Amino acid sequence: MTESCGKTHKKIETPLARAKGLGSAKSGYKHWWMQRVTALALIPLSVWLLFHLPNIFTASYAEAQLWMSDPWNAVTLLLFLWAAFYHALLGLEVIIEDYVHCHVGKPVMLIFTRFLFLGAGVMAVYAVLKINFA
Amino acid sequence: MKQRPLSPHLQVYRPQITSVLSILHRITGAGLTGGLLLLGWGIWSLSHSAEAYQCFTECMAHPLGKLVTIGFIWALCYHLLNGIRHLFWDAGLGFKMAAVNASGWVTVIASFVLTAVFACLYFY
Repeated sequence: MTESCGKTHKKIETPLARAKGLGSAKSGYKHWWMQRVTALALIPLSVWLLFHLPNIFTASYAEAQLWMSDPWNAVTLLLFLWAAFYHALLGLEVIIEDYVHCHVGKPVMLIFTRFLFLGAGVMAVYAVLKINFA
Repeated sequence: MKQRPLSPHLQVYRPQITSVLSILHRITGAGLTGGLLLLGWGIWSLSHSAEAYQCFTECMAHPLGKLVTIGFIWALCYHLLNGIRHLFWDAGLGFKMAAVNASGWVTVIASFVLTAVFACLYFY
């Protein structure tokens, strides 16, 4: 039964056609799915980062450069950066969608967050590549 | 329009292990996005110059920087462990109340143990 123009009338449709017309299961599903895929990737990558954090945060310039120039460190760090920035952006989007109720503030914050994390992610990846190839 | 209560509903319910860990997952997640930008700054400074990198490591060596680092390690350990819990739920496993409470406490305790381990690795 669907309502239009105040009149109620019956539609002839199969259950499948009706199910297809309900809900979205398009971009929202992809958002949810990629949050899980990046989460799965981040399990080993975060553990790796926890072990290697001193190499970036406390090491000398020469030590840190040497660490970053190792192909395996560079590749693993690039994979971590991709998954982490993607996951961070998806998570922040959900938080903003849930808690920001202002009709102007919500889209502004969503767009700003996307720009900020895409920008910072590209900068970090560029920096790793520069150390390895410049 | 009638003003109805909106999420996050934190003020409505009595705190329980399930709800507290749930909101902690979001809080640590939001905090970790800041930590990720900090990591990005470190990598960027390393690619830029020795002076820029020194500026970054000096900030991290400051007592406030150390506090942020320990906070980052704990947030990462907690979010990682609780995230694994969430992935099990997504797979339809561990939904019995006893299992939910037990995995919750394991997550809390393990997050502090791991933080101690990685903080030692980090500072010594």
